[in-house]
Amino acid sequence: MLFYRSVMYRYDSFDQRLVDERVAQYRDQTRRYLAGDLTEDDFRPLRLQNGLYIQKYAPMLRISIPYGLLSTLQLRTLARIGRKYDRSYGHFTTRQNIQFNWPKLEDVPDILAELAAVEMHAIQTSGNCIRNITSDHFAGVAGDEVADPRPYSELVRQWAALHPEFAYLPRKFKIAITAATTDRTALLVHDIGLQIVRNDAGEIGFRVIVGGGMGRTPIIGHVIREFLPRAEILNYLDAILRVYNRYGRRDNKYKARVKILVKDRTPEVFARDVEEEWSHQRGGPATVPDEEIERLAAHFPAPSYDVLAGDDPTYKSELADNRAFSNWAKRNVHSHKVAGYAIVTLSLKKTGVPPGDVTSDQMDAIADLADHYSFGELRVSHEQNLIFADVRQADLFALWTELKALGVATPNIGLLTNIVCCPGGDFCSLANAKSIPIAEAIQRRFDDLDYLHDIGELDLNISGCMNACGHHHVGHIGILGVDKNGAEWYQVSIGGSQGNDAALGKVIGPSFAAHQMPDVISRLIDTYIDNRHEDEAFVDTVHRIGIEPFKERVYAAAAH
Amino acid sequence: MPQQLIKDRTVVDDRWTLLRDVTSEPIPPGPIIVSLPVWKARRDELAARGDVGVWLAAADDPAELAADTATLPLIAVDFPQFTDGRGYSIGRLLRERYGFAGELRAIGDVQRDQLYYLAQCGFNAFAIRADHSAGDALAGLAAFSDGYQLTNARTPWFRRRAEPGATDVR
Ligand code: SF4
Repeated sequence: MLFYRSVMYRYDSFDQRLVDERVAQYRDQTRRYLAGDLTEDDFRPLRLQNGLYIQKYAPMLRISIPYGLLSTLQLRTLARIGRKYDRSYGHFTTRQNIQFNWPKLEDVPDILAELAAVEMHAIQTSGNCIRNITSDHFAGVAGDEVADPRPYSELVRQWAALHPEFAYLPRKFKIAITAATTDRTALLVHDIGLQIVRNDAGEIGFRVIVGGGMGRTPIIGHVIREFLPRAEILNYLDAILRVYNRYGRRDNKYKARVKILVKDRTPEVFARDVEEEWSHQRGGPATVPDEEIERLAAHFPAPSYDVLAGDDPTYKSELADNRAFSNWAKRNVHSHKVAGYAIVTLSLKKTGVPPGDVTSDQMDAIADLADHYSFGELRVSHEQNLIFADVRQADLFALWTELKALGVATPNIGLLTNIVCCPGGDFCSLANAKSIPIAEAIQRRFDDLDYLHDIGELDLNISGCMNACGHHHVGHIGILGVDKNGAEWYQVSIGGSQGNDAALGKVIGPSFAAHQMPDVISRLIDTYIDNRHEDEAFVDTVHRIGIEPFKERVYAAAAH
Repeated sequence: MPQQLIKDRTVVDDRWTLLRDVTSEPIPPGPIIVSLPVWKARRDELAARGDVGVWLAAADDPAELAADTATLPLIAVDFPQFTDGRGYSIGRLLRERYGFAGELRAIGDVQRDQLYYLAQCGFNAFAIRADHSAGDALAGLAAFSDGYQLTNARTPWFRRRAEPGATDVR
């Protein structure tokens, strides 16, 4: 095993004591529950705030991977937890968490203790509280950043962790942070989206977006402040959360998210309420000094890159010589801000494997590769893939060979088969319908790589119910499981998108049975191929010609 | 069974009577906690007694007591369910914005596992739900030894971490 200087946030004794105390607290809560001193109703919110759901077949434990950063030591620990307490695999979610689907309730305190030993936790990964802070999986290596978002993500993570005032909100609360000009965080569909920007004076601050969300009432967030000085971020977050905590609806859980409060009050009035609240806290003790931001930034040094001249000549010739390699590089390798380096996405979307699932053996092998090729660190993307952020171009061919052997080199990033998919009816008790078998049937239909590459950029997202964990609203094609008289049906929408010009998809019409779904997708794709302009992506064709031509083709065929 | 009360980290006998009724009259003598509507309707008469406190419902606006915080001996905040977190913000507002320095009491569904957070939000008295033991619940106040955020009880950790002896940061 190789060891590197840490390039991610490391706990100090203060951070460590907090998670240790949290484990002790939860161990005692579990003990009291099992002893009958805490009722089921009283225990439920406590276990949820420690990541433990009771699922359809077994408990599910959701573990936080703050802003997607993971060390190889942590990944090996997850592998071991999978083996010891589960069925030797884990599932990466759309919010930079990992879930284990089969742990025992009694074992969870021990699992949390093992996590705490490697600076991980499951604090606030479910329940009506501030959830894991998510961020750009290319943070620090993308060429399009205003600043490195990681110190700010850590600052906000610490603020959110065990915040005494906001543990019992009306509903869950999700915050995303990006500093890139290309949004890779689905910023506009979060309760709060924070975009790091520079003002005319060159100072760093935040553009604050509130009230976006998916679920049963999908809404694109509203900008309530164009520029918030960075020192004020915690005062302002306190103000937003206080307004929400006091006035968010608690009588109806379907109307309890902050997006409903923002909509009911109007974004203007909501913004005014927040600004009023902020005026009392502005400049107060929670104002963040520059030294604190610098202290946090020092946790994220650039790794010790080799000084390389530019694009690697061997890599260039390998690309020219090997079509399979160049196909992979085209989809799964992304440009890096440092000369001679590249960013690599490991696809967890191999046909026949539930999207986002990784076995414990794969985790160990991936950790070895990250140690060898990428400074001992990796990232989890909200598209449920893994990222090696710092790979030398000269190493790409060797890495590709190893990733292929592990089954994580499917060259489909950005393509139709890179399906974002929630656990759905196979695991989730809230589901209306299964989602994993639908993903698999579609992947099987589109298994011809050349065709797949010809179709080009396409995000296909599947959720098993309205809760939209599979982000179906922002898929170029979105599939939603619905319940019709106890049977599983699927509603299809097109034209959604994430990123800077986020849009919500439009439903094309009545829903379909599971066995129809591959045909439905094929007809949507055929319509696109027939209508597209050169170099026009699927979603752009939808936006240009509207949903009618797609609808006609799909339902004309269905009528036969 | 008498109400079990934790006050200033000690289990004590409660000498206050809680009048849940929002329209109650007549109002009995002795230390008594009345609802906000009753207080507003009979403020002058009740304030003169000196042994009357007010309880706020989760939806009440603590600003309504802004003029009374200097003189009220006790304000209670109701938690209809422990998962209803509005009272945490009410507590902080009473302490930090309206300058209340008297007894701030959590009533309703108040349990051990919420006490640490409640104390951070300014509460110093806890009427523990009747089916739980106040003695056991005391441990809940010590669940954590510190935290990151600015609260009613502490400044943010980043303001203190550089102080001598603050931590043995490695
Ligand atoms: S979208 Fe629905 S079915 Fe899928 S994981 Fe979320 S709650 Fe479960």
